[in-house]
Amino acid sequence: MLKDITIGQYINGDSFIHKMDPRSKILVIMLYMIALFIVNNVVGYLSVVIVSIVIVLVSQVPLKFFLKGLKPMVFIVILTVVLQMIMTPGEIVYWQWGFLKITQEGLIQAVFLGTRLILLVSITSVLTLTTTPISLTDGIEYLLKPFKKIGVPAHELAMMMTIALRFIPTLIEETDKIMKAQSARGADFESGNLIERAKALIPLLVPLFLSAFKRADELAMAMEARCYHGGENRTRMKVLRYTYRDGLALIAAVLLLIWAFVSKLF
Amino acid sequence: MIKIENLTHIYNSGQNENIRAIDNLTLEIHSGEHIAVLGHNGCGKSTLAKHLNALLLPTEGTVVIDDVDTANEADLWTIRQMVGMVFQNPDNQLVATTVEEDVAFGPENLGLAPEIIRERVDSALAAVGMTDFRDKGPHLLSGGQKQRVAIAGVIAMRPQYIVFDEPTAMLDPRGRQEVIATMQKLNREEGLTIINITHFMDEAVLADRVIVMGNGKIILEGTPREVFAQVDILKEMRLDVPPIAELAALLHKEIESIPLNIITVEELVNILCP
Repeated sequence: MLKDITIGQYINGDSFIHKMDPRSKILVIMLYMIALFIVNNVVGYLSVVIVSIVIVLVSQVPLKFFLKGLKPMVFIVILTVVLQMIMTPGEIVYWQWGFLKITQEGLIQAVFLGTRLILLVSITSVLTLTTTPISLTDGIEYLLKPFKKIGVPAHELAMMMTIALRFIPTLIEETDKIMKAQSARGADFESGNLIERAKALIPLLVPLFLSAFKRADELAMAMEARCYHGGENRTRMKVLRYTYRDGLALIAAVLLLIWAFVSKLF
Repeated sequence: MIKIENLTHIYNSGQNENIRAIDNLTLEIHSGEHIAVLGHNGCGKSTLAKHLNALLLPTEGTVVIDDVDTANEADLWTIRQMVGMVFQNPDNQLVATTVEEDVAFGPENLGLAPEIIRERVDSALAAVGMTDFRDKGPHLLSGGQKQRVAIAGVIAMRPQYIVFDEPTAMLDPRGRQEVIATMQKLNREEGLTIINITHFMDEAVLADRVIVMGNGKIILEGTPREVFAQVDILKEMRLDVPPIAELAALLHKEIESIPLNIITVEELVNILCP
């Protein structure tokens, strides 16, 4: 049923990572990503892989959710791995066909690149799986605040995300209603070729957009009636607070980054 | 007290035609009153409502809320804090993704301290009986529950007046009952001034004073008893009359001793079978 849809992929939990502040989660992930792109040898990759496994285990999120996240990436991962494998020039050639050849360097590079992509997707999934969309939005708003001076509309972006999250279920429900109403009048959304199908969507999209604009208008008025006047002088009920967990995680992330640099020497 | 003096609102319909939505209207609303505003579509009742918290400003005349003129731009946020507003569509006035975050939206805009917001959100949710739903998403609630959350969002700002702009028009009978009960509770227990704009007669009967509008003017004004005795005028304006008032009026034509000002079943029963 439509009522059951969940927005985002948040999995309820009580782990160390669940309890972390969304701001530090985002920062840690950024540091992790930099480390991931710095490492370039077996020692480096091995350490990042171990760290990632630890993160996944600590998050206590069942493995199947990570696999689900990786599914849409399978094609891209295979494509990049194969391309890397057959296009890399090198000394030791195992197999050659025209300009395509598999070299030792190519094999190593392919394994590295594949690992990098898989880790990237898995660890960003940790963020979305352990953080509710609301606190993610809050975290982004706080982190963007310093950039306000150079014209980044931090509060406005966060408010837009909140409203989008709020209205996704409402608009899905409405789409469903309009589809049924139009089907009852003989609209056909399921047969025909691509162009015919796209055309069939017009009687769905026009009323949907009309009502979305009407909703936007009414919502804006309701917000104004409740004294909304932008982010200025606005406070929040739930204040984000750093705890010892965030300190620990940030220190760990910085150490990982340093190790990534050191590992290049091996 | 809300003082509306010689209020006129003219807007442009877009076809270079000026429409007088409100025409030289004067009205006083006392603190603690429960007022119902009745009228046909396009009679200006919603336009009037929007003047009460400066969503619209008078073309002519003044609207003064507790000595604050709504035309005074510097006091805009004071006015909107004093006069809360609940709209018709429950879906289009909830902003946040959970019930308690939404109730907190108003106080957050006022710039209150987090502990105070928390306290107000808790008491507002308790006042409308929605505490158990605090972490739910608005899309999981029924229409009546959503409207109660909207009311909580307004009372969390601690207004003295709440304007309800057809709050029950989109609800099922059960949702309507929930909202009406909440409205009455706020008026009786919290002493809030309620201005209910509606076209349901059974809601108007509950008010202290009923105002009937037509063409931007006040046509009738008085207690529900006085207003619903004017069955002919109401019918002429194509407004419904509570069935009991209509029955009493029909009987009155035949039997003089049956009074016109009857609005509840019990009263008629007492007169017919003393």
